[in-house]
Amino acid sequence: MKRLLPVLTVLIVIIIAWYGAAVGMNAKWAQDQALRQNIELNTSVLIADTWNQDRPRLPAPHQVAQELWKTTGAMMIKGKAMSKRSLIFHGWITLSATLLGFVIGTGAGILLAVGIVYNKAMDMSVMPWAIASQTIPILAIAPMIIVVLNSIGIQGLIPKAIISAYLSFFPVVVGMVKGLRSPDQQQLDLLSTYNANRRQGFWKLRLPSSMPYLFTALKIGMAASLVGAIVGELPTGAIRGLGARMLTGSYYGQTIQIWSALFAAAILAATLVGIIGYIQYRTLKRMGMQP
Amino acid sequence: MTAKPTVEAKGLDLTFQTNDGPVDALKGVDLTISKGDFVSFIGPSGCGKTTFLRVIAALENPTGGSITVNGMTPDEARRQRLYGYVFQNAGLYPWRTISGNIKLPLEIMGFSKAERQARVEKVLKLVDLDGFGKKFPWQLSGGMQQRASIARALAFDAEILLMDEPFGALDEIVRDHLNEQLLELWARTGKTIGFVTHSIPEAVYLSTKIVVMSPRPGRITDIIESPLPKERPLNIRDTLPFLEITQRVREGLRAGHAYND
Repeated sequence: MKRLLPVLTVLIVIIIAWYGAAVGMNAKWAQDQALRQNIELNTSVLIADTWNQDRPRLPAPHQVAQELWKTTGAMMIKGKAMSKRSLIFHGWITLSATLLGFVIGTGAGILLAVGIVYNKAMDMSVMPWAIASQTIPILAIAPMIIVVLNSIGIQGLIPKAIISAYLSFFPVVVGMVKGLRSPDQQQLDLLSTYNANRRQGFWKLRLPSSMPYLFTALKIGMAASLVGAIVGELPTGAIRGLGARMLTGSYYGQTIQIWSALFAAAILAATLVGIIGYIQYRTLKRMGMQP
Repeated sequence: MTAKPTVEAKGLDLTFQTNDGPVDALKGVDLTISKGDFVSFIGPSGCGKTTFLRVIAALENPTGGSITVNGMTPDEARRQRLYGYVFQNAGLYPWRTISGNIKLPLEIMGFSKAERQARVEKVLKLVDLDGFGKKFPWQLSGGMQQRASIARALAFDAEILLMDEPFGALDEIVRDHLNEQLLELWARTGKTIGFVTHSIPEAVYLSTKIVVMSPRPGRITDIIESPLPKERPLNIRDTLPFLEITQRVREGLRAGHAYND
């Protein structure tokens, strides 16, 4: 309860502010409508109207919640979880690209980090490129990746996963290089007195030392992966995925749809990061690292 | 003794190249350590005592002179796993239990699983940590952690035990206790021990041979063969011969201008 109370307080403040903002942003439309029909609106009717428009500028929280339920839970009850109007379906499309991209990005990140730590030439050459790669706006490079891959017949999951991987490898590289280098000189000297070889040094010292760094990097990488998958769905006019839902929503002024897709993405990200956090907790606890 | 000395250094030099120019960490060091000796290195910071220990363990390369360990170069001796090294802080892996930590060198050296277990139990008894094998390092006091790190160094039966201020971070009561235990352990195992310390009583109490060093450049100012018997209760520190050696160590330190800066 002690931990819940501050969270709930913030949540309530946000919801109140949100309802307030909905009134402010949607009032003009309601008044214009009323003017056209020559009706006088009193304040309570006006406020009620701003919270229940079909295409509000800013949908009220309960509208987003209703839409979320309508497109997930209600669909499941009807047995249409995988229909094209279901957020579960679109979420799964995005999730699959996210996870594939995350696996590729994390794998590449770890391999690059090992190379950087163990190979002087790679240490000098790879890191500047890795940093440079992140200075290119992903929105600029995402359409190019999709178009180029499309021209050689690859489309759908793979291009999105590659964009995901492009975003998620970087935190893993940086985190793992730091983690693999975290053992101090004394620990390395100790292995040297045992005449341990490089492989033993890696498996017995460097890799376990890097675990806390790895998990932190994985959390950042996972969130970045999701952003990558969504960005990958935006520029191509994709018709499936959370990104596509946001895009079509904005074409047709379906703000409620945009917001519910946004929330679906946020819930997805929170869940994924939460899962990594749980694995981190269990792993580090088993390693005796959290007294 | 006709056997070749365990460690033999002749005219050993080591110069570090630093940004402020070369620093003579060791200059013309001559020293012979015989098998079974307990040799303490004492001197102020910067006198090269730790550096000398690291040269023996092949963690530093000398820039001049010669040094042999059992007739080999230090690096050959390292490859034959002749050294158990104990650092100033225990340096146990936090993700391994005490047993796991002691098993680390055994795993690296390819001992069988049964052999590892047997050795862990043996050395845990040796350092009086029976029953603590399943604990993680953070669950143990500083003194116990240091004992575990000594157990780790003993586990693979290295011939030479090199200890770099192993008790420097511990309080005096724990230190006395560990000194006593260390002597007992040395008597029981007959290992050759190189021991770096800042403490004059510790050096005199433990050693058969005390090497007094002084800084800039790091060199040996005196080598004292201790006349004390092998059997040493703690109260030997109040006897006349003990105080005489203490006096001589102090003079050696003063002669090296160690107190001037």
